[in-house]
Amino acid sequence: MLRLGQFTVDIDGHRIVDGVDLVVPAGEWVTVIGPNGAGKSTLLRAVGGELPFTGVLELDGVRAHDLRRRDRALRVASVAQNPVVPAGMAVFDYVLLGRTPHMGFLGRESTADLAVTTEVLTRLDLERFARRTLATLSGGERQRVFLARALAQEAPLLLLDEPTSALDIGHQQEVLELVDELRRADGLTVLATMHDLAVAGEYADRLVLLDGGRTVAAGTPAEVLTEEIIGRHYRATVRVFPGAHGPLVVPARPGPRSGLDQGNHPNLGP
Amino acid sequence: MTDLPRPAGLRARWLAGGFAVLFLAVIAGIAFGPVGLPPAGVAAELLNLIPGVHLHSGLNEREIAIITELRLPRVVLGLLVGSMLALAGGCYQGVFRNSLADPYLLGVAAGAGLGATVAIALNARGSVPLFAFGGALAAVALTYLLGAAGGRDRSTSTLILAGIAISSFLAAVQTYLLQRHSDTIREVYSWLLGQLATDGWGDVTLILPYAFGSALVVLLLRRELDVLSVGDAEAATLGLHPARSRLILVIAASLATAAAVAVSGLIGFVGIIVPHVVRLIAGPSYRAILPLSMLYGGAFLILADLIARTAAAPSELPIGVVTAFLGAPFFVLVLRTTRSTRM
Repeated sequence: MLRLGQFTVDIDGHRIVDGVDLVVPAGEWVTVIGPNGAGKSTLLRAVGGELPFTGVLELDGVRAHDLRRRDRALRVASVAQNPVVPAGMAVFDYVLLGRTPHMGFLGRESTADLAVTTEVLTRLDLERFARRTLATLSGGERQRVFLARALAQEAPLLLLDEPTSALDIGHQQEVLELVDELRRADGLTVLATMHDLAVAGEYADRLVLLDGGRTVAAGTPAEVLTEEIIGRHYRATVRVFPGAHGPLVVPARPGPRSGLDQGNHPNLGP
Repeated sequence: MTDLPRPAGLRARWLAGGFAVLFLAVIAGIAFGPVGLPPAGVAAELLNLIPGVHLHSGLNEREIAIITELRLPRVVLGLLVGSMLALAGGCYQGVFRNSLADPYLLGVAAGAGLGATVAIALNARGSVPLFAFGGALAAVALTYLLGAAGGRDRSTSTLILAGIAISSFLAAVQTYLLQRHSDTIREVYSWLLGQLATDGWGDVTLILPYAFGSALVVLLLRRELDVLSVGDAEAATLGLHPARSRLILVIAASLATAAAVAVSGLIGFVGIIVPHVVRLIAGPSYRAILPLSMLYGGAFLILADLIARTAAAPSELPIGVVTAFLGAPFFVLVLRTTRSTRM
């Protein structure tokens, strides 16, 4: 379980995240949405331990300030927005880095560390890439490898910062379905950020909309993804249609369509 | 469970190969010189140094004295200097995530050069190692302070830029001093180009504690260098304190470099060639690169010193000239084959 209370992050004297209160119960998937510069990634990076913050951050009831880095890494695993791809490193060794907080002072991996790494690779269908270097993989394969490293960490809370922004629509679904499966199987708690509102609504139990570093809306996707709320905070005109898993958000140009085929798209017309 | 893949790291055969190469270099370094000694006899005498081993080497008293009093100290010194420079170079390459980093990146060379110049200008020739050591460490400390003041996060590129600034500044001071004391130029330059002394075990005992301490620290932290290869931010989420690890590693590597430079002058290219060759053989894991760099760095410097002593005998070439002569073409090769060099 994750609890944020008056969670605030300043970078270079600028307040990027401003007093966010949020509770993510164990096993839930919460996605943070918001326009560019709203503070989504900063919030996630501070929760992950990359940035200092003020306020309360509790992981399973323990204040993060009371945890050593390593103990914190045993509770929270992150997939960065643009992970660094180390030159020449094999997929197996990269995923094994996820076991770092489990290793002792001398940094020797145990049989258990190797077994967990192998198991994660198998589960994510990456075994055949184990000896390949990261640089030789496609974007979708690489995203699975990044996820594998975080899963090898075996932390109960998984942070995903724009996990699918570099992927085409098919690979987006593949990766997110995979995360959802793993979450249900292992009881993982997921806190993600996403740009694509339709995708965000499809996969999250709850959404939190940030604007200017503050929470401006929170609730189920149906509660947050309304034409009025999105219009106000994204300054965008959209149409929202009910879908099987959540509202489907479709961008629509404001005003009547000009041109010869006007009126041929009754579903999207004003 | 039975056939888990093996992670990257040190393989026993590489380690054995490294020791074998080093042993051969040591024998060659001792056997060849103005008085030629049979390599088999040298090997036997070396093994006799191991307690409990008594082999018949067939060498006479005088030849044994040449080994233990003259050549062995110099070979051991070369081994220490070479392994320290290669270890420090490999360590810096990991810390700065830059395959072109070398042990002199943070101003060690300029600081040591200035220190040696000051000592020679003051006519305090016996204190050259001390002044060079102090100058080297002061330069790195200055670079770190400047780099830290420039960037709140002590990012690696700020440190590298600070190193360049400090190096230029100290080199300017050194040039000024040389102009004022032009009678010392020859002596200073011969120090700068590097030389291993032949006066017994003094220099070896001088740098051994630093070599041992630095090597221990760097080798203990070598897995952290692998973790740091994903960047500071991600390393932090994996439980590391990147800034702290980097500071410890930089201190250890700088101590090793300063100690090596203090007794040998500025020997270039060892710190960059050797880790690169090792990387080509053993892959990108620092768990393999660092220990193997020590072995191959020691072997490389012993052989370079052998060439320096014998190529133009009876006079000696500066060892820095030999390593650069072999190193520069290799460096070009590395530049052409390295696909990406990230800052």
